[in-house]
Amino acid sequence: MTLRSDHLVRLAVYLVLAAVSAFMVFPFVWMLVSALKPFPEIFAGTHFLPQHWTLHNFSSFFHQANAARAIWNSFFIAASSTALSLFLCALGGYGFAKFRFAGRNFLFAFVIATLAVPFAVIVVPLFVMMRNTFHWVDTPWPLIVPWAANAFGIFFMRQYMLSIPDEILDAGRVDGASEPRIFLRIVLPVCKPALISLGIIVFIASWNNFLWPLVVLPSPSHWTLPLVLRSLQGPPGRTPYDVLMAGSVISTLPLVVGFLLFQRRLVSGIMRGTVQG
Amino acid sequence: MGWIAGQPAETVGPAVRVARAAGLYVFRRRVRRVGWPLLFVAPFFVLYAVFSLYPIGFSLWLSLRDWSFTGPARWVGLANYRVLLHDSLFWQSMLNSALLFLIYVPAMTLLALVLAVLLNSRYVRLQGIWRTLIFLPYIMSGTVAASFTFQLLLDRNAGYANRFLHFLGVSPVPWLDDIWWSRISLGMFVLWAWLGYNMLIMLAGLQAIPPELAEAARVDGAGPVRIFWRITVPLLRPVIVFAVTLSIIGTFSLFTEPLLLFPVAGGPAHAVQTPVLEIWQTTFQYLRVGYSAAMSWIYFAVIVVLALTQYFLVSRRDRYLQVRG
Repeated sequence: MTLRSDHLVRLAVYLVLAAVSAFMVFPFVWMLVSALKPFPEIFAGTHFLPQHWTLHNFSSFFHQANAARAIWNSFFIAASSTALSLFLCALGGYGFAKFRFAGRNFLFAFVIATLAVPFAVIVVPLFVMMRNTFHWVDTPWPLIVPWAANAFGIFFMRQYMLSIPDEILDAGRVDGASEPRIFLRIVLPVCKPALISLGIIVFIASWNNFLWPLVVLPSPSHWTLPLVLRSLQGPPGRTPYDVLMAGSVISTLPLVVGFLLFQRRLVSGIMRGTVQG
Repeated sequence: MGWIAGQPAETVGPAVRVARAAGLYVFRRRVRRVGWPLLFVAPFFVLYAVFSLYPIGFSLWLSLRDWSFTGPARWVGLANYRVLLHDSLFWQSMLNSALLFLIYVPAMTLLALVLAVLLNSRYVRLQGIWRTLIFLPYIMSGTVAASFTFQLLLDRNAGYANRFLHFLGVSPVPWLDDIWWSRISLGMFVLWAWLGYNMLIMLAGLQAIPPELAEAARVDGAGPVRIFWRITVPLLRPVIVFAVTLSIIGTFSLFTEPLLLFPVAGGPAHAVQTPVLEIWQTTFQYLRVGYSAAMSWIYFAVIVVLALTQYFLVSRRDRYLQVRG
């Protein structure tokens, strides 16, 4: 390869990367600038940047009866699911990674196999159970409890825990520490990087969840942010995009901030959690 | 634990007592070794039994009945399934998902592979920044906010997609109002959301391949394109199978996007109506609970068949080329 063509190839590579990145980032920018435009400007569609910058759309969003409450509901549900899920998945991953017992491989294969069952198969009967047996409709529990110990999280934590040397655990046992104590005092601290990665993944999934909250939270006072956003949609041609975009910015902003803070952990978590094994 | 059962009842001497004490010690150790791990993994199995296994059985039970959430469920045998075989809207939704799969998966797989190779090569700088930017939409994947943002972006008049085309001198496109364009729009939307995720998976697979292999090929005179097709792609086959399997489940399970991306749920003339959207509407709008349960079983069966077919088609030659991370 000559020097010239090498330069051309490199230029082409950077152009491709820049084009793909622009495609990825543009909708975020579009959402933000649309949220800062008055309604007529959104529909004129003539200027990309707002001609008259305004925060009015955000105050309109908060004047929606349930907006502030929905932020709290979303946060409460996502935070509790994340905490509970991290604890139970770490526990399960530890059981599978660091102990030998009869039936272990079979049980673990079963855990993985459960990933193949799509949610759509159980959504209706589960809703009926929630309503008639548990009386959990319009409570946060159906969004926190059923998948607190899930196959993905257990698999994810097990992968990480396989790399913990047995010697550390045995040292704890020799010192007379009980098994729960070893888990809490030795295993959990060692797994902190994996817990952070999994925590971000679980939090994002819970915060963004839509189908299941839509089914089990019929009353507006219990809605999460995605449900409030959805309720703003009008019949074709009558959707208040200004308020909708402001609400979208509010529901995305926490994730963008978290992403920028923890993106290394998230990226390494996804790369580690999906391929190995 | 046969050594507990069948102990002789007669009085025993000290030797036997010692042996029993030893047995008890072994038993305690066993509890320690078996009891704790079983306790640790138990929450998953308890929750799964209550919140998934039972509903799966319940769903099968429902699929043989006629029920509208109130009153008794009436046994109808296989009638739901029989009606379903001729339900053109349901099969249309399966076909829509299959079409979406064909639009989305080849583009996604190739792009994710190429991007992963670029971001794995030593010649590209600022890899971390490109990776972050391309992966960013993951945080909005499948969300209500993203669906509405794209709805506005692709709006025939107000949207910036057509504005951009106008700038390039291309006439406006009915992104959300035409049968085929709406499918392409949905495919693009899903690609936007999931490309970065798939790229990361493939990047992880690439990093597990020893660089000596490509180095050796390069020494033997192979160019980068040849190395890509002859070494990288075959070695990544398990990862590609994994990504495509996820995409089968993903494209057939779309719900938020077809419901909210279009001015009308399911798009123009049901062009992007998906099975899960169909199941949801049948249940909660038409209150045909038994019928929707039958739907979900056919839908599940089709996904399983597709995933297995794909697995055997693509991964048969893996035996010689296993890469482990």
